[in-house]
Amino acid sequence: MPERNKSKIAQWWRNLNVRHSLGLSLILLVLTTVLYFILQPNIARSGTITRLLTSNFRTWLPVILVTIGQAIVILGGGLDLSNGSIVSVGNVILALTVTTTDEPGKNMLMVLVVIAFGLVAGLLNGFFTAYLGLQPVIITFASSFVYSGLALLLLPSPGGDIPREYTSVYRSTQVLGIPLALIVIVLAILIWSFFRQRKYGRFLFAVGGNDKAAYTTGVPVTWMKISTYVISGLLASLAAISYTLLTGSGLSSSGNDMTLASITGSVLGGISMSGGAGSVIGAVFGGIILGNIRNIISTLKLDSWWRTLVNALLIVLVLAGPGLINLIRGKKK
Amino acid sequence: MNDTNTQTKKKFRVSPPATALLIAMVLFLLSGFLPNGFNDWASAIRQGMNILRLASFIAIIGAGQTLVIISGSEGIDLSAGSLVSVGALITYILINGNNNLILPVLMLVIITGGIVGLLNGLGIMYLKISPFVMTLSMAGVVQGAVILLTKGYYDGKVADIMTQIIARDLLPDIPGMIFVWIIIGALMTFLLERTKYGKQLFAIGVNRMTARLSGVRVTRMVVLTYVIAGALAAFAGFLLVGYTQNAGPNLGNQYLFPSIIAVAIGGTQMSGGKGSYFGTIAGAIVIQLITSLLTTMQLPQALQQIIFGSMLLGILVVYGRDKSLRA
Repeated sequence: MPERNKSKIAQWWRNLNVRHSLGLSLILLVLTTVLYFILQPNIARSGTITRLLTSNFRTWLPVILVTIGQAIVILGGGLDLSNGSIVSVGNVILALTVTTTDEPGKNMLMVLVVIAFGLVAGLLNGFFTAYLGLQPVIITFASSFVYSGLALLLLPSPGGDIPREYTSVYRSTQVLGIPLALIVIVLAILIWSFFRQRKYGRFLFAVGGNDKAAYTTGVPVTWMKISTYVISGLLASLAAISYTLLTGSGLSSSGNDMTLASITGSVLGGISMSGGAGSVIGAVFGGIILGNIRNIISTLKLDSWWRTLVNALLIVLVLAGPGLINLIRGKKK
Repeated sequence: MNDTNTQTKKKFRVSPPATALLIAMVLFLLSGFLPNGFNDWASAIRQGMNILRLASFIAIIGAGQTLVIISGSEGIDLSAGSLVSVGALITYILINGNNNLILPVLMLVIITGGIVGLLNGLGIMYLKISPFVMTLSMAGVVQGAVILLTKGYYDGKVADIMTQIIARDLLPDIPGMIFVWIIIGALMTFLLERTKYGKQLFAIGVNRMTARLSGVRVTRMVVLTYVIAGALAAFAGFLLVGYTQNAGPNLGNQYLFPSIIAVAIGGTQMSGGKGSYFGTIAGAIVIQLITSLLTTMQLPQALQQIIFGSMLLGILVVYGRDKSLRA
């Protein structure tokens, strides 16, 4: 049983930790960001920060979006191992069909097709896991085979060419100096906080915390769980769109790394793997922390053989942090 | 009246391992109808043995996975894949064709796996990291360590005795690997069904609190289970390299999820407390059969993936269901 935290930390800090479980990820966010900025040589020059924000957030947006989706699934007590392959399918569809700016109507339609695919894929995951009561880990893994097979079938070798007009809109649009990607993230957080205060949010946390108790108190558990997978599929398709606009081309394995990144990001963002505790803001923090770690490793110009190990060790350290603190505190008592 | 009804229903329920084996038989017989399938008994036996040999690697990696999953509380070992690679690489590089080094290297492999398992167990029990995340990050650490230590260059050779026992036929038409598998299967079944460890493992899988209150040292049990799982995964790497004759830093990754799915198909409950190693054996055979079948049909990789995924979904829907909320 976890020890009750009785030390004298400020009330707001406790609130942040207990009610939103954001404390640790906030510290990490600040730490990694500061470290990253210190490592930048031209940080004092004006305009550098805006430039960095733009280039970083447009790179991070796909991962942050899938992480938000993953976080919502985990909050509802599930796990989605197929979101990365949904990204791959979306990316492949767009790369194959959006090749000219001559037919904006058709391009718009394909974007809708990608979103529809994400919704349907999420619905299938939800149907198998929540409605049929199967284990999310194995079911979403099995379905990820179907989706990534589909991506490979559609685009056997990397290719596709998204018109520059579209990619440059994504890459360099700024509103009042705020990059487009950041606006999307803020929008996602706003939409979440709208639902968090309402019935949907309360039901979601109830289902994630204890689904049997939620069921007996009249929460539509099955529908709530299905909805989390649908949201995850939707966000994966949005990630596919932003990823395609970022790279301008298609790759059938484009989303492969995103699945694991979305899980680590969620955990770094303070979302409990057993469900029912965490927040979407945490997921965004987690995605940014992951991006920061990657950036720091690459600015340090580490020998490339070290990269995988350092990356993994950092994540283990970060995960072990709160446990270690509790362990040391427990010994002192 | 109602009682007798449920009782008769229970009698007719087929156990998951038996269902899995039945599916395996049907799939195998069906594969005979393929144009490049088998034509006579001799080739059927040869093909069957080959599939069993390939399935044995999945099943031995799945052995540790079975223990961890039975231990409950979302137990899972995602570091198994990279441990297989490590076991294989250590064996490949250190033995370097020398028969005398087999035993010491085998010990080293098992100890390495055990240490990684120990770290997993300690992280999960003392630092309260969820098994999924802990073993996943551990997989990254192990993978990173392998990349750093080998720097992409590795050279070695498997010892002749290993090749004789694992890759060749020990008796006519029966590969030696099958005997290794039978021994491990017997040991695993003994461990689960006949020992105190097995009893306590099922107890902590059902409910850790009640197990603790009835005197089971839960923390020690869980850590021990992860140690055994790590050691088994590394040992599987040792065996695997005897078959493939070549190691690589990614050799084991392709075995990770098949091993988990084998456990699930074998009827071991993913939430813990219920299961058997016999089921995992059956599950491994089913998975290997599907894979071999798709390879024999010479479908493109993409279609193979889609069919593999759909078949898995189908099999799991048939009997992989957990208790529903209403029950």
